[in-house]
Amino acid sequence: MELLDLANEMSDVNAREIKKIPTLLGKTVVNLFFEDSTRTRISFELAAKRLSADVINFTGKGSSVSKGESLKDTAQTLEAMGADAIVLRHFNSGSAHRLAHSGWVKSPVINAGDGSHEHPTQALVDAMTIRASFSSDPIGKDLTGIRVLIVGDLLHSRVARSNLILLKELGATVAICGPSTLVPRALEADGGLFYSLDEAIKDFSPDAVLMLRIQSERMEASYFPTEREYSRVWGMNKERLRKLADSAVILHPGPMNRGLEIDGDSADSEKSRVLDQVKNGVSIRMAVLFKLLSGERE
Amino acid sequence: MSKRTVLSSDDIRRAITRISHEILEQNRGVENLLILGIPTRGVQIANRIANVIREHTGSDVALGSLDVTLYRDDLSGQPTRAVGVTSIPTTGVSGRSVVLVDDVLFSGRTIRAALDAVNGHGRPANVRLAVLVDRGHRQLPIRADYVGKNLPTAMNERISVKLQEVDGVDEVVIGD
Repeated sequence: MELLDLANEMSDVNAREIKKIPTLLGKTVVNLFFEDSTRTRISFELAAKRLSADVINFTGKGSSVSKGESLKDTAQTLEAMGADAIVLRHFNSGSAHRLAHSGWVKSPVINAGDGSHEHPTQALVDAMTIRASFSSDPIGKDLTGIRVLIVGDLLHSRVARSNLILLKELGATVAICGPSTLVPRALEADGGLFYSLDEAIKDFSPDAVLMLRIQSERMEASYFPTEREYSRVWGMNKERLRKLADSAVILHPGPMNRGLEIDGDSADSEKSRVLDQVKNGVSIRMAVLFKLLSGERE
Repeated sequence: MSKRTVLSSDDIRRAITRISHEILEQNRGVENLLILGIPTRGVQIANRIANVIREHTGSDVALGSLDVTLYRDDLSGQPTRAVGVTSIPTTGVSGRSVVLVDDVLFSGRTIRAALDAVNGHGRPANVRLAVLVDRGHRQLPIRADYVGKNLPTAMNERISVKLQEVDGVDEVVIGD
């Protein structure tokens, strides 16, 4: 919550003519990305630059990683060059935790998505976007009373997992919905579990609907019959949009598969907060970097 | 540990009233004026100055708050500071006569950060500084234009400004 309030202040900086503040002058942030990303990497880079930190972008491809250098050696090398914080996106679940707690590096490690595990800054972005959608003066408020429905590929989604933890913490009621093959039994949601989006909209009447991306790259087996079938039963479309409350909003962490989990009409509708999410992404990441890099390190 | 009250609630009220009139005198009215309080207690003092100006002239003066945390030069080396609220009227700071308001002027570093923060929002015509207490021990070439009370202090003494809105009482206390 403190981070959300801080991000609101940071978004004031992003709305100015001069979008730069000297806060982290002389600090170096390394974006260590072993997996492709547009939004997360660019927003971390912009966030660091707006706080006057230097940024090094590192991707798995085209580096010594392709010669077989390990995560440990790569991170230690970058730290030896003077990195003050490491932003890690990795295809293995738990990699950020491993890097942060193994004693390999002293710098703070920010998890920018690890496999199918967690994506905490994206959850913060979603919480900030939902909060701003339901309050004109959001500072200091939590999400008590707000009903959030998370729809789609919950099995592979790190965004969903982080959101379930954070939204609950902030007092929201969360329900989940998806094909039974893509909803792990271990997931718990206090708002209930639905196997059809129509039923979920009717019975749960959500204030915010978070559509998840179908992660084809992580699917080794077929989890649903055809793409058409998926979009017919679990996709957001014009008709379902109409059934939502007037004030309800739709979120998608991106990248969107238009025509699969969300159709073009919904993605571009007034209810869509997708571009607000991207905008808030920079503010949230500025808040996280500020929190970790200013002040004393023990 | 000794404590004594150096400004009573009446003293504070008189000081703020005097500062308000000095601002009006130097600015020749409320025209183009923008008063920015520095959190936490600078904001309340700025509010009170704006109230006095309204009572006296009948017109509202542009009022905002300016948090300087992100511009400080002492962020590393101490625990992470909380960031306060910045709200600048939509008319902006460019071309305005800005009056920064803080409770205590000490090293001058807060004001240095505030000058940078103001620049981040635009280019004011001029910037002046109003403080309730000037306790000396400047580390930078900065002075206040409007001072409620000059309080010569020893380095190890602590000045605490208490205001009704935040602390439930109006007083300035000195202790060590």
